[in-house]
Amino acid sequence: MSSGLASPISGVDLLGLFAHFLMLSLLAIGGAITTAPDMHRYVVGEHHWLTDAQFSASVAIAQAAPGPNVLFVAVIGWNVAGPLGALATMTGTLVPSTALTLAAARWGARRRETRGIRAFTTGLTPLTIGLLVATGWLLAQPYVIDGAHRLGAIAVVAVTVLVMLRTRLSPMWLVGLGAACGIFGWV
Amino acid sequence: MSDSEANDSRESGDPPAPHADAAPQSLTELFLAFNRLALQGFGGVLAVAQRELVERKRWLSREEFVEMLALSQILPGPNVVNLALMFGDRFFGLRGAFAAVAGMLVVPLLIVLLLAAAYAEFARVPAVSGALRGMGAVAAGLVIATAIKLMGSLGTNRLGLPLATTLAVLTFVTIAWLHWPLVWVLAGLGSLAIALAWMRWR
Repeated sequence: MSSGLASPISGVDLLGLFAHFLMLSLLAIGGAITTAPDMHRYVVGEHHWLTDAQFSASVAIAQAAPGPNVLFVAVIGWNVAGPLGALATMTGTLVPSTALTLAAARWGARRRETRGIRAFTTGLTPLTIGLLVATGWLLAQPYVIDGAHRLGAIAVVAVTVLVMLRTRLSPMWLVGLGAACGIFGWV
Repeated sequence: MSDSEANDSRESGDPPAPHADAAPQSLTELFLAFNRLALQGFGGVLAVAQRELVERKRWLSREEFVEMLALSQILPGPNVVNLALMFGDRFFGLRGAFAAVAGMLVVPLLIVLLLAAAYAEFARVPAVSGALRGMGAVAAGLVIATAIKLMGSLGTNRLGLPLATTLAVLTFVTIAWLHWPLVWVLAGLGSLAIALAWMRWR
């Protein structure tokens, strides 16, 4: 889909891509992945820059690679328009949310002991934990509920949870183990 | 920012949240720590961030980590990037914020783009798609394990264990089963939770 520095889409399209991700950045409450459906609509449905399969593969590659999941945004940009596309989508995604986070964090830190901020963090931490369980659940669903090898997938998830709770082993070993189970077709 | 830290227990009758007992010493240490945790984070960085920042480095207590995570989740943008920004800013200001985020993003970005460029060659190999599935299942387990570890903080929550647990369960049900948009859940349940917490501080 892409090669070299020459962008396969026009400068105007590139700017549109940047602007769209700029807008999505401030809507990405709960993480960049929450705006993936709208990225799909824009990149696949509206502009046909990527196929459905290319879009899904972009997300899967970023999941498999080390680093934050937000890097799927860079892969989408790369697959649309090479290095410039990756630059457009990544800066678009990060700049607005970064500015807002820094401003909010500093504002909050100065008022850390006020009743309002305490109520805010105390009230929201239980939601944070519920949200984390939900994220884990949604990530597991394709393998544990809909997958072809449900029992294997359940075993892999369960072993991962147990090892993380009971030992101080680095998660990297578990990821390696998961990859091996996948290669043998158990997941 | 350090004065607000020192005055933490000023409010009468309110036990201060347990504080971490260590801090990063330099921008380089910050950069390298976030680079290290990002490179261990296959399928997401959150589980490793909790392990490194709370359990290994002890730069944050469990309660401080949950608080920072709550803020980074409610603010728009990638959660772990927001977490890195806030963490870096807390110790070294703006330079710290950028050092932490750069540590977290630069090397993984290069790796993922190399993989993206190579992917077309390997997409049809069954072993590759199988490995991706297995790693995906582990990534789900890592997030669930992190959630279970952080559940301990529900007990120290000022709302009380029963109410805090109810809020966590309702969040899970509305998001994971009912598939409500997160914005609604935060606006509805979140406002209710903040109002309840507000009343506890009378």
